[in-house]
Amino acid sequence: MDDTWSFVTTQVIPGLNLGFWATVQLAVPSALFGLFAGIVVGVLRVYGPRPVQRLANGYVSLFRGTPLVVQLFCWYFGLPQICLFIEGLPSVMAVLNVLHLAWMPRLLVLSPMGSAILGFAMCSGAYHSEYVRGGLLSIRIGQIKAAQALGMSPWQTVRHVVLPQAVRRALPGCGNEIVYLIKYSSLASVVTVNELTGMARGIAKSTWRNTEVFFTVGLYYLLLVTLATFILGWVEDRLALPGFERRRE
Amino acid sequence: MNDSDIILKVEGLSKAFGDKPVLQDATFTQRRGTLKVLVGPSGGGKSTLLQCINYLIPPDRGRVWLDGHQINPKSRRELSDYRQQVGMIFQDFNLFDHLNALENVRIALVKVKGMDKREATARATQELARVGLGDKADLYPAQLSGGQKQRVSIARALAMDPKVLLLDEPTSALDPELIGEVLTVIKDLAQAGMTMIMATHQISFSAPLADEFLFMEQGRIVEHGSPAELLGRDCCSRTQAFCAKLSELAGDTGA
Repeated sequence: MDDTWSFVTTQVIPGLNLGFWATVQLAVPSALFGLFAGIVVGVLRVYGPRPVQRLANGYVSLFRGTPLVVQLFCWYFGLPQICLFIEGLPSVMAVLNVLHLAWMPRLLVLSPMGSAILGFAMCSGAYHSEYVRGGLLSIRIGQIKAAQALGMSPWQTVRHVVLPQAVRRALPGCGNEIVYLIKYSSLASVVTVNELTGMARGIAKSTWRNTEVFFTVGLYYLLLVTLATFILGWVEDRLALPGFERRRE
Repeated sequence: MNDSDIILKVEGLSKAFGDKPVLQDATFTQRRGTLKVLVGPSGGGKSTLLQCINYLIPPDRGRVWLDGHQINPKSRRELSDYRQQVGMIFQDFNLFDHLNALENVRIALVKVKGMDKREATARATQELARVGLGDKADLYPAQLSGGQKQRVSIARALAMDPKVLLLDEPTSALDPELIGEVLTVIKDLAQAGMTMIMATHQISFSAPLADEFLFMEQGRIVEHGSPAELLGRDCCSRTQAFCAKLSELAGDTGA
């Protein structure tokens, strides 16, 4: 037992602390960008012009329909392939050179962290948009008519009347997605980001002590999720409206 | 009758949902400061007519003039300008649930009229006081009674300085004991010279205030005339028969 304790404190925890920060650096921007993407896409799916609705629906089908690992591979390994392809086209490069834009294809080569955040945000956004869509559809048509009767444009109506209420209703679902995101951030290790799970796997491999390592890493995720739940609950309370308070009993 | 006296003119408004006509060829003119009352059975087209007037329901055919200017509903800018001048009161209030009473009244002043926030707050406070809700500014719709909600919605419409007010059964969703407070506000408005078109079943309330009754049935205005003409004891109009039945049901002999 003493041996286990000293193993965990001296070898596991210092390594996992590094991974912990990597996970935080991954999850926080992914959650924020994902939520933003979800709100934009959700609004477009409900109120956008027909072709834009189709496009947004296509995005959701694609990102909900394919495994996240595959998506991460595409961002990390697939985009540089496209970069090489473009750089292999003399005519295109000639044009870019003239425009002093020859550096542009290189933008497709993302760092491990960058591609993971992009991948998580895009995938998360697809799920968020579904919660946001549900929230938007739950707003009574009467309020929309009242806003229009006051002279609001469709965009003003969405921005000032529908969205503030829809986001509140979508929040519990979006919180669920953020909690889920924290855990699927472990997939970033497949594109070489040394986040919690990546670090844990490394430690386990070199010490052969899987049980202690993965049990400890489980506690780290539990801590992160508890923290996120607390923050989400606080946000929900801050945004609560009289008559629509959540009941905790 | 002086032409400049006419504030609103509606010509040939028609609307069909699928192949079911719900509004057929509604035509009338309205003079400044008058109250027109729409009566008739449910599904008769009263609500559709009101919502076609401000294009909340786009009519299939027909034209509308406000103050001698024909409205072009295809122009967003013009439609917004027009709607700002035509207030609308709904049967189920349609307050914005995420805003308190003051913010409900203020939001269009700031976002649509581009009014300075402080100025808009002062105006909204004034309008709430006018409908007797000066002390309820901080309350959210869920904290207000039905009658109070309807008065906030009236304040919200009045704050825009409308030239015409459309009221779609403003008391139908209210408990009987709350109807009075809303009717008082409407009566004050009528006496202050607000131009209004109101769909209602409150015959005995509206008859003394109304300049004209329009009786609507199956999407058509089938009768129109002054309350005295249509509701006279020896008159055998459809309006009279319908109103008599309403009064009978309500146990009301005042009409």
